[in-house]
Amino acid sequence: MTATPDAAIAIHDLAFSYGTGPRILDIPGLIVARGSRVFLHGPSGCGKTTLLGLLAGVLHATTGSLRVLDRDLVAMSGAARDAFRAEHIGYVFQQFNLIPYLSAYDNIALPCRLDARRRARLGRVPLHDAIHDIAGQLDISPLLQQQATALSVGQQQRVAAARALLAAPELVICDEPTSSLDTDRRDAFLALLASSVARAKATLLFVSHDASLGERFDHQLSLPALNRAARAEAA
Amino acid sequence: MKLLVSLAWRSLRNRPVTSLLTVAAVALSITLLLGVEQARRGMRESFTGTIKGTDLVVGARGGTLQLLLGSVFGIGSPTGSVPFDVYEQWSRHPAIRWTVPLAIGDSHRGYRVIGTTPGLFDHWRYRSSGRLTFAQGRVIATAGDVVLGSEVAERLKYQIGTDVTVGHGLNAVAGLGDHEAHPFTVVGILQQTFTPLDRALFVTLDGIEAMHGDEGSAGPGGAPMMPGAAPPPTGTVALPAMPGATAPPVPTNVFQDQPKALSAFLVGTRTRFETLRLQREINQYKPEPLTAVIPGVTLAELWKTLGTIEGGLRLVGALTIVVGLIGMLVALYSSLEARRREMAVLRAVGARPGMIVSLLVLESGLLTLLGCAAGVAITMGGFALAQGAIEANTGVHIAVQPPGALEWIYIAVVLSAGVLVGLVPAWRAYRSSLADGLSPRL
Repeated sequence: MTATPDAAIAIHDLAFSYGTGPRILDIPGLIVARGSRVFLHGPSGCGKTTLLGLLAGVLHATTGSLRVLDRDLVAMSGAARDAFRAEHIGYVFQQFNLIPYLSAYDNIALPCRLDARRRARLGRVPLHDAIHDIAGQLDISPLLQQQATALSVGQQQRVAAARALLAAPELVICDEPTSSLDTDRRDAFLALLASSVARAKATLLFVSHDASLGERFDHQLSLPALNRAARAEAA
Repeated sequence: MKLLVSLAWRSLRNRPVTSLLTVAAVALSITLLLGVEQARRGMRESFTGTIKGTDLVVGARGGTLQLLLGSVFGIGSPTGSVPFDVYEQWSRHPAIRWTVPLAIGDSHRGYRVIGTTPGLFDHWRYRSSGRLTFAQGRVIATAGDVVLGSEVAERLKYQIGTDVTVGHGLNAVAGLGDHEAHPFTVVGILQQTFTPLDRALFVTLDGIEAMHGDEGSAGPGGAPMMPGAAPPPTGTVALPAMPGATAPPVPTNVFQDQPKALSAFLVGTRTRFETLRLQREINQYKPEPLTAVIPGVTLAELWKTLGTIEGGLRLVGALTIVVGLIGMLVALYSSLEARRREMAVLRAVGARPGMIVSLLVLESGLLTLLGCAAGVAITMGGFALAQGAIEANTGVHIAVQPPGALEWIYIAVVLSAGVLVGLVPAWRAYRSSLADGLSPRL
């Protein structure tokens, strides 16, 4: 596959299975442009989280090509993928995605504290100021010193979003972050996420099993349609 | 590293009950191990430090340990009696620099009364060349004088001028068999020495003789009969002249009204080189069967005997530590399942697998470190609190000391083992974090 400089994500004949188990993913091709907001949907068990694990470099594909932000993740070592993820990717889980024994402030600060290059993305802005800035944008400033376990689910999701967006990573991956929110909170969260990503000029890959959310994004993708392994299983 | 320590610490605080129980298990294990070691060291130092500067302890023929414990440490009874003229004869031996007679057999309210001479206060050394000093008053001089050990004075609230009536036998009950006709008057109180001397009363040999002289209840030769002691020899013993003896000097520490027999006597030789030869000479002395012991050598025999027991206690301590560490392993390992999501989150926000391993190892290391610190504190605090009771019940003063070299080695081994134990759950967390990706799979 030829390099695609404007692509945030470029996949060609990517296949993955856990150990010697059955093939979970088999994607012939996928291009996600930089700065776009992409909605990826599919039913539970179709391989959404596995794909996100591969895109984040936590899982390692050995077959096919996977380029993220113009880096070849298949060729990278585990340590290099870890460093790449820490520096360039923000990640929001579906729930329980805060470290329970840390405050909201410390949870948000974690990526910058764990990785000096992520910290360096802040430039001359002190970490403390950056945290308060993003907390202000997400309306969680009064919650910063609270223990993560003392926050409501909606508050936790906003703290998780602040953590993912801190230091403006180029790629933000969200794994069903609204699945446990009621409709009002879901809509508010999506609006916040969209504006924050736009401000950071980041690429957003939003995954959900709820296809009705798709119209809020630039592009919609169906993983079962992309994934030959899912199609083969269904057949 | 600072971040990982902070994460590990907060993670442990997030599970207070499990963490505290794990720390307690390690702490108790360390307490047991260090406690045995401190008690062993304290006991040895206490015994060894009790008698310094005395080259030989001489008594009637019998067990070396019984002689030493009975005459110096106030444990049990001395081996028998030594005729006073035999003592006098040996006092003139050219290799001997000084002697101190000991007549043991009476007591006052549970405390031993020792008949001796003022020489005891000059020649007895304890710990590192510590000399006996007086908190109040002076040395014994006449038949009516008594000097008190510090504990006797403190516990019985005696002062200079207090009259003291001595009872017959080492376990005399107040009022029964008291030598009421010969009360003593306190003329001096010793400073605390943390030795058995603190629990003794000291009178002159004249005092012993005067006390027993009138009542006819004394043992043959006027010496007090010791419970279980062999009957002392009767009659006069024909003593050969000591090899190399010069004109008979009168020992300065012998009083006019001396008893006819003693329990034992302490010997200081002119040179250490002569001690072994003199010991052999005394042990082979034909006219009177005697036993001479070198305190350090006899104590070494005692430690050898006790070594098996100490080894057993150490083994129990080591096994307890193994149990404590297994408990920690179980606690950390079983908590991992609930923490797989936490590990996935840490991975997602930039933690490398090595950091996950380090976090778990740091947690076990911190738990072990806290357990060791608590164990040391409990051991030292426990001995500080129990010091008085141990001394009162066993007569052994165990000084509260920071851990010695051996104890630090134990602590280092336990800490290393704690870290190694943490590697097991850490390895599993590492494997899980690689296999799980960003979503823990069951």
